[in-house]
Amino acid sequence: MLLDWGYVAIFVIVGAGMVSLPFAIIALLSPRSSFPHKLDTYESGVEPVGQAWSQFNVRYYMFSLIFVVFDVEIIYLYPWAVVARSLGASAFYSILVFLAILVLGLAYAWRKGALEWS
Amino acid sequence: MPWYVEVLRAVAGTIIIFSGVAIVAAMFGVLLERKVSGWIQSRIGPTHVGPRGLLQTVADTIKLLQKEHIVPRNADALIFASAVVLVPLAALLDYVVLPFGTTRWGPLIFRDLNIGVLYFAATSSLIVVGILMAGWGSNNKYALLGGLRSAAQMVSYEIPIGLVLITIALLAGSLSTVTIVTMQAHLWFIVTQPISFLIFLAAATAEVNRAPFDLVEAESELVAGYFSEYTGMRFALFQLGEYAEMFAMAALAVTLFLGGWRGPVLPSVVWFLIKLYALVFVFMWVRWTFPRFRVDQLLNFSWKVLIPLALLNLVGTAYVVMVVQR
Repeated sequence: MLLDWGYVAIFVIVGAGMVSLPFAIIALLSPRSSFPHKLDTYESGVEPVGQAWSQFNVRYYMFSLIFVVFDVEIIYLYPWAVVARSLGASAFYSILVFLAILVLGLAYAWRKGALEWS
Repeated sequence: MPWYVEVLRAVAGTIIIFSGVAIVAAMFGVLLERKVSGWIQSRIGPTHVGPRGLLQTVADTIKLLQKEHIVPRNADALIFASAVVLVPLAALLDYVVLPFGTTRWGPLIFRDLNIGVLYFAATSSLIVVGILMAGWGSNNKYALLGGLRSAAQMVSYEIPIGLVLITIALLAGSLSTVTIVTMQAHLWFIVTQPISFLIFLAAATAEVNRAPFDLVEAESELVAGYFSEYTGMRFALFQLGEYAEMFAMAALAVTLFLGGWRGPVLPSVVWFLIKLYALVFVFMWVRWTFPRFRVDQLLNFSWKVLIPLALLNLVGTAYVVMVVQR
């Protein structure tokens, strides 16, 4: 178990090194020159107006909130799926209750218009 | 085994997987995409660099390596720089649990984690963090919109994918990818789970931000989306992440539904690659055939079609497995 995650840890460390490798080559090869307008933010060729860090549509928050609720609920289904075959009929009806709550949540969000983009 | 042999094996495996994915997915995948799109649009695609244009991507990479990389004055330098490492790394982390074939000594896989499928779901959703960081860190309006759209889209389509993964885990009785392939020795899961397969294909296309779900980088409205501000090799690294993720999704579909590396006569790795490229071809075919969705259609399709369908399919499968088959 610990060995498994040791492998994953090495994968992350060596992998990050390999992904960063091109930057070493860039540092050696790439030209460097700078003038004021070069470092401007791109905005279709005109001078940028204000910052991009401002208000944006609240819809994006709504969808991420619904997602968090669903994702957390779905996590509980993974362990169930592994042992389901050995549990039998009674466990099937108990998981139906859990899934019904999940569907109820979806129906509520749907009814409240949280799934509408407008 | 002594510990340093284990470490050496892990390091060697990582290097092989990274170079393999860079060659199979990024180098050859990009070329294939251009050839397929040319073929579908009655063009011939790249032909000049190398025999029949085979070295086109190599030449492009060498060109990009020589380019200066520019950090905009207003950007958040730390987030801007780390996003470009996170996206390809997260995409490549998927490959830890993908079995490529089998040998006399056991399956050809980096590590057969006992929670393989859940691990895949977790790492593939890490990409959205990198994309949000790129969009936010650039301090560019197009990039921010691209990043936000991508977040909304990727999280919406993660749920149908999760439900499909649970359905397959239920059938196989395990989350390990190797066990799932072993369980398909007699019958591929695509036969018993055709609906799951279609849901997975649709959701995977959206998850990797490809047309018809490519609002994230809709050229006509958002320039290049979240990587508008990235130049040279950083741009190439985002491309690497994108193609690596597409191939990982196709490889997972092969593992879950098409019997993984299994097949007669030919070596297992060859079978795996044949199935992988067949599915990747389907992704490309879809991309160059369908027009783009609107954002409301996109989110409706996930929440009001795919998720209810996937839930129904899960309940039906659970009923068969837990009540009928006992």
